[in-house]
Amino acid sequence: MATKASRSAARIMMAPAVVLLLGWMLVPLLMTLWFSFRNYLPLRGGDLGWAGFDNYVRFVSSSAFWPSIQATLVIVGSVLVITLVFGILLALLLDQPMWGQGIVRILVIAPFFVMPTVSALVWKNMFMDPVNGLFAHLWRFFGADPISWLSDASMPSIVMIVSWQWLPFATLILLTAVQSLDGEQLEAAEMDGATKLKRFYFIILPHLGRAITIVILIQTIFLLAIFAEIFVTTGGAFGTRTLSYLIFQRVLESQNIGLGSAGGVYAIILANIVAIFLMRIVGKNLDN
Amino acid sequence: MGRITLDKITKKFGDVEVIPPLDLTINDGEFVVFVGPSGCGKSTLLRLIAGLEDVSGGEIRIDGSDATMVPPAKRGLAMVFQSYALYPHMTVRKNIAFPLRMAGMDPAEQDRRITAAADVLNLTDYLDRRPGQLSGGQRQRVAIGRAIVREPAAFLFDEPLSNLDAALRVGMRLEISELHKRLKTTMIYVTHDQVEAMTMADKIVVLRAGHIEQVGSPLELYRAPRNLFVAGFIGSPKMNLIDGPAAAPYQCKTIGIRPEHIAVSAESGDWKGTVGVSEHLGSDTFFHVKCDDISEPLTVRVGGEVDVHYGDTIWLRPDAAQIHRFDDAGLRIA
Amino acid sequence: MARAVTSRRKLINTTAAWAVGLLIFFPILWTILTSFKTEAQAIAAPPLFLNFDWTLENYGVVMERSNYARFLWNSILIAGGSTILGLLVAVPAAWSMAFVPSRRTKDILLWMLSTKMLPAVGVLYPIYLLFIQLGLLDSRAGLIIVMMLINLPIIVWMLYTYFREIPVDILEAARMDGASLKSEILYVLTPMAIPGIASTMLLNFILAWNEAFWTLNLTSVNAAPLTAFIASYSSPEGLFFAKLSAASTMAIAPILILGWFSQKQLVRGLTFGAVK
Repeated sequence: MATKASRSAARIMMAPAVVLLLGWMLVPLLMTLWFSFRNYLPLRGGDLGWAGFDNYVRFVSSSAFWPSIQATLVIVGSVLVITLVFGILLALLLDQPMWGQGIVRILVIAPFFVMPTVSALVWKNMFMDPVNGLFAHLWRFFGADPISWLSDASMPSIVMIVSWQWLPFATLILLTAVQSLDGEQLEAAEMDGATKLKRFYFIILPHLGRAITIVILIQTIFLLAIFAEIFVTTGGAFGTRTLSYLIFQRVLESQNIGLGSAGGVYAIILANIVAIFLMRIVGKNLDN
Repeated sequence: MGRITLDKITKKFGDVEVIPPLDLTINDGEFVVFVGPSGCGKSTLLRLIAGLEDVSGGEIRIDGSDATMVPPAKRGLAMVFQSYALYPHMTVRKNIAFPLRMAGMDPAEQDRRITAAADVLNLTDYLDRRPGQLSGGQRQRVAIGRAIVREPAAFLFDEPLSNLDAALRVGMRLEISELHKRLKTTMIYVTHDQVEAMTMADKIVVLRAGHIEQVGSPLELYRAPRNLFVAGFIGSPKMNLIDGPAAAPYQCKTIGIRPEHIAVSAESGDWKGTVGVSEHLGSDTFFHVKCDDISEPLTVRVGGEVDVHYGDTIWLRPDAAQIHRFDDAGLRIA
Repeated sequence: MARAVTSRRKLINTTAAWAVGLLIFFPILWTILTSFKTEAQAIAAPPLFLNFDWTLENYGVVMERSNYARFLWNSILIAGGSTILGLLVAVPAAWSMAFVPSRRTKDILLWMLSTKMLPAVGVLYPIYLLFIQLGLLDSRAGLIIVMMLINLPIIVWMLYTYFREIPVDILEAARMDGASLKSEILYVLTPMAIPGIASTMLLNFILAWNEAFWTLNLTSVNAAPLTAFIASYSSPEGLFFAKLSAASTMAIAPILILGWFSQKQLVRGLTFGAVK
């Protein structure tokens, strides 16, 4: 529904965004792909020539590879489960009539605005410090020995920090979805004799389906790339080295660009698999 | 001046041809109504004239010069949209001033024209309000005001009354007609409502599936519809179209007779039938009669109040001079 | 129809919701409180809640120790600059997609969003190398560009969903009224889309402010924003809880306040218009 003139104007106006993003995507991607086939060690002689698939093989066969995949999946999976379960409960709670709903919502949403470096540092020191942390005080109060959270329970600690950051996002989206549920549907179900639990299971949960998918997919994208939380807390030690962090170490710490780039290509493939699912679902939502 | 000529224009959306080659001349000062059922291409045709859509072929001339490739802003036409399309963030004054501002007109002249337009349209007290604070009728007037201040070559109206309630619609219809009489500017008006077409137009263009079915004055269309489609579309209630044995005596496929051209009698007539539902309007009475030998019930219009009841037997006699005859192809037989 | 709720029920809801809300908010509250304690009070056992001597000393120390103003200024410049730059690129693109859609519009949008999913770590070294070549390493300009690029898909997407709610009639009316494309966007579209544009800007500002991969890896001194300022507290050094808290409060306060004020507008953008 437009004229040739407006269509060509549209093409021109879209060009900067398209060209910029194309460049941002292709240039580094091609460079990464190139490096991944090179023996490239900037501190030990630079580019030492063609490496074939050596880097790919070495990256996968390194003892750190599978643990890093496992760490990634554990973090992503646990955070998703925690944020979804608590997010749904919180959304249902916040949807109830109460006094000061606005303020409660502000309290709940707050962690989303805290920069990851800050939340990681605050949790690491003021809560999880085995001597002076608030948890240590709490454990001692109950007569238990304080836990060295980030070394002895490193994974649960990271999961907890990240879940705290993402719970607001999940809650907010689920709350929006809960609020859009037609009250008459629930009343009809009640008239039909459905108990509270059944109403939740047969009406509320299916209604939340779309919101849950959005939460899962958007969070997955961001969680696959978490960096600051690990960088600041464990530095990848104690089994918390995710795939992203492993690549980061290969590139910046061991300065093995070829190896790191091969890892990068793996990460890109992994992200793309996730992205395809996301695009399908978001794409469907575009139509209405 | 506002003479608009469409020369073999066509419009395709993808592979679908919504307007087959079409010729039409709209004379300066004419009030032309495009009418037709929804999807007939009337709005598309208006948008082609406006320049909001490209023609796929042919030529549009405005006052003799080729405007086919001229962007809408440069055609010198003003348009009133169905949704009014007022700028919600601007006051009424700024809405009306917008086209003048775009034309870079001197502010004093802008003020003069806005004051004059507001006066004509009874908007003087509302100039500092925003569209959101106005009623439907007032918004409609603002949209018209925005169009008239430009003193365009022609006004284009795209179903402007369809968002108003019935009472307001009649009033606005009169206002637009009066505006036309006063300004004497070409107006092109799109509607699906044949009553609007009949009451307002100098010239009606009946469209179906992108084709022009007939062009003529309201009474020409009423008296001599060129084919079955126009016969059925123009006039309210609709013309009765009768096939089969009842049409046979007239040597044609189909005859048409308007409800107001049928006489009713309790004793004698050409067709005998049973009265179905009757609608008593006070001024008129419409009743639906199921006749022997005629498949569809006939609608009959009688002036004033008539004492007819459901199930009564009745005789109908069409006014022979008012019978329209149509051939096998649905075309009028003169 | 809403049903009457007993006040007892409402009281229970209120208590439960406030308890959960305060629990979630507690780490932030605790950080803010601790920032006003002395270092000794900060680690006191049992912990002190409100019964301590309030002091602003930590803020003074933090300001003295590192040039907070410069980090803050960098954060503002990078987040603000990338937002404005992004908007300049995204508004025309979103206009095209929303008002002159073609069969490829949807694909382009999805492709744009998919670039957001490119793992940063996968392209860190190439970007690092390019930045050195172009002299952009540790420069605000460089970070503004990177922040703009990583958030551009989100800006385009959000603007697109907002623009689509504006009736195309109004833009066509402007065209009929003699407006050029520039006037149409400047005087008609933009003012009508102000709420949407504002929340897009807010979300983008927040995302850029909190971004902690590129800001940590591409800056050292000159262009380092607040994420780097905070990261400098990552290795413990004696008693530092109170100072850490003060620094943290200073880093998050601007965005926390901004976020709270705009939370309603943010929700819709965050869901990409998929949840109404």
